[in-house]
Amino acid sequence: MRLILHLMLIALLWTGSAAAQSSQGATPEAVAQFGPTDAPTLLLRSTTDIAVLAPAIEAFVAVHPGVAVTYEQWGSNALYDRARAECMAGGGVTDALFSSAVDQLVELVNLGCAQPHRSAATATLPAARRWRDELWGLTREPAVIIYNTRLVPPEDVPTSRFDLLDLLRRADQRYAGRVATYDVEASGLGYLFAFVDSLEATTFGALLEGFGRSGAIATCCSAEIIQGVSQGRYLVAYNVLGSYADSAAAPDVARIWPSDYTLVLSRGYMIPRAAAHPVAAAALLDFLLSTQGQAILAASGLVAQDGAAQVGTHDTNTRPIRIAPALLVARDAQKRAQFIRRWRETFPNGEGG
Amino acid sequence: MAEAVAPMPRSLRLRVVMGVLSLLSVGGIVVALASFAYGRQAAREAYDRLLVGAANDIAEAIAVIDGAPVVDLPVSAFDLLALAPDDRISYSVRGPGGALLTGYDQPIPGSISAAGQGFFDSTFGGERARFVTVPRRFAERDFSGTLLVTVGQTLNARNAMALGLTRDALVVAGLAGLALLGFALWVIDRAMRPLSEIARDLASRDPHDLTPMDTAVPAEMAVMVGAMNGFMRRLERQITSMRNLISDTAHQLRTPVAALRVQAELAAEEPDPAKARQMLDRIAGRSRSLGDLLDQMLSRALVIHRTDSARRAALDLRDIALEVIEMRDHELVAPGREVVLEICDAPVMVLADELSLSEAAKNLLGNALRHGAGRVRVGAGIEAGQAVLWVADAGPGPDPATLARIGQRFERNAASRGQSAGLGLSIARAVADAFGGQLVLEPGADGFRVALTLPLAEEVA
Repeated sequence: MRLILHLMLIALLWTGSAAAQSSQGATPEAVAQFGPTDAPTLLLRSTTDIAVLAPAIEAFVAVHPGVAVTYEQWGSNALYDRARAECMAGGGVTDALFSSAVDQLVELVNLGCAQPHRSAATATLPAARRWRDELWGLTREPAVIIYNTRLVPPEDVPTSRFDLLDLLRRADQRYAGRVATYDVEASGLGYLFAFVDSLEATTFGALLEGFGRSGAIATCCSAEIIQGVSQGRYLVAYNVLGSYADSAAAPDVARIWPSDYTLVLSRGYMIPRAAAHPVAAAALLDFLLSTQGQAILAASGLVAQDGAAQVGTHDTNTRPIRIAPALLVARDAQKRAQFIRRWRETFPNGEGG
Repeated sequence: MAEAVAPMPRSLRLRVVMGVLSLLSVGGIVVALASFAYGRQAAREAYDRLLVGAANDIAEAIAVIDGAPVVDLPVSAFDLLALAPDDRISYSVRGPGGALLTGYDQPIPGSISAAGQGFFDSTFGGERARFVTVPRRFAERDFSGTLLVTVGQTLNARNAMALGLTRDALVVAGLAGLALLGFALWVIDRAMRPLSEIARDLASRDPHDLTPMDTAVPAEMAVMVGAMNGFMRRLERQITSMRNLISDTAHQLRTPVAALRVQAELAAEEPDPAKARQMLDRIAGRSRSLGDLLDQMLSRALVIHRTDSARRAALDLRDIALEVIEMRDHELVAPGREVVLEICDAPVMVLADELSLSEAAKNLLGNALRHGAGRVRVGAGIEAGQAVLWVADAGPGPDPATLARIGQRFERNAASRGQSAGLGLSIARAVADAFGGQLVLEPGADGFRVALTLPLAEEVA
């Protein structure tokens, strides 16, 4: 813990200096330094909270003493904008990107902003979790339904989207205004989940209608949703990233892998074409894919197991979000505008939080 | 002999094998180039269809809403393009003025935007890529015009497919080449077998065996075997004549030499000088005719040797007759006898060896002088389309019994008497046989004529 505090101190100093030179005004949310100060330093930009990934990075610098890692935590849109700007300029300082917004990474790879890496570790990944040997999905995180165990009676617990629809349509209005989900405009992850939902099943249209009729809340952030459910402000939340619900240590919150299908997200790892330390970036990738790395990620809640001892888990029907060109459709400006327009018809009041 | 012959078939086989190999490798290169071209073509067509399918998919998804075209980008188009799993995708939809509605701002060549559709090659994100543009036309109340949908993809899958097709084709071609090579080796081995059989036959042949070789060989080799057989025939003839010469000489010389020895011993013991003188004269006469006999035998051996080996030249028989008379040997053999030349005006051309013919003529003249009677005539002319060289005397000629066996190679009686009419005739007959003619003995009213007839040669320069 003392180490982490020490790192945070460095992070604050770093942030101060970095902010001055940032041309776009965007700055990382947090920065941490791992490993020796005099070693070549790998710059990793990630959307994941430092605290969640710190054990894995510490283990990496322990295994590779000759490499240091600077960890910058960014919001996904800012991360994407920076990476794209660097790629278009033909230069860049980033050695590795690690983002939950895999559609953005797919677009960066499609634009030719990545460099390939092949190893025994990457070869073990299923086809759905890698593209062109330039983008790799390192984690397995389900989009789950969470509910408050104190306030939702056992017979009301929704195990599937159909159950959730039934709750939204209930005559007693018990759940009206007490169901939350991501605001797709404010949250890149929420948009991705909602978009993939719209491709997966017609249930999505019915859900949108149900959300609209019951006055469901759309809000921006995982932490806020989980906290709301924990405190009883919301009874049920839909499409919450399971790993956050895990690590946020929220009391009275239980997770459901929807039994009709459960989306599973793999956070994407990409090495920019102009990376200054591509070998170190590839080494970090291979480490995170190794048995040791996956075990540490699993301990951090980032690699979920099917049918593991999850509360209320059924024998689920998992649908991994394929890291494939089809995600480019999600990035299309017109498509996105139409999708958001449709969403706005359901949540006319804009951002609920 | 075996050591000298053995390397030859191997090097010939090597040459043929090298020829077949280079033929096959040239063919292989041609097949490789052709299959690569074919593979590229096939891959291009296949993936171009994919591009067109995706572009049409996107074009179908365009709708006019509130007077503006809206693209509801279909995932199916991208799933279609993802059949080339590792290729990056570029897409764009452009309005009537070329303004970008959505997608990447990938420039379209002017010819394509003018035509409204077509394929083109360009680069995308620093990589070569293939593009297609398809039009979508609208004629609505609130919107009218043509939208251009462009879809492109990098070339990884195409190249992989082209290489895969090429590789498969080359594997098949390589296997076929190996099979052809094996077959060619087998064929070459079979074709070469008669050659090695001949070589083996020759190598294992007894040095004295000059019988002809088996001529049941391929036509190309029959020439060689025929020539070899002809060579061996000549060789055998010469060896035979040599053997005959030796045995003839032995036979013919033994008796006169023995007689000479006996007479010389008697003369040495003869006390009467007059008788001894007489015996010495007889010894001198004997040794002279023995010398004649030797000359003839040598000349016969020479003639037989030459008829096989000397080049044939165009000759005028009149020159031969003239030369025989001008040598004036007859004045030594039979002084005082009259010898007349009777030749026609036209040349009498034959293809023969000059020395053999003059030996024959000399012997015929000698015979006529020794055994004939009266005036001797020597002539050359054309009779019944044949060239004839003849010698005639005024006598009756030999009696029929002698005539029947005359001209044989070996005539003990003549030799034992120290005479050699048979030998001379046999020389003339051998010459006639060698040059395709014959020897004709003609007892006639006004004398006996021996004629050597030969085929007339065409006038050659």
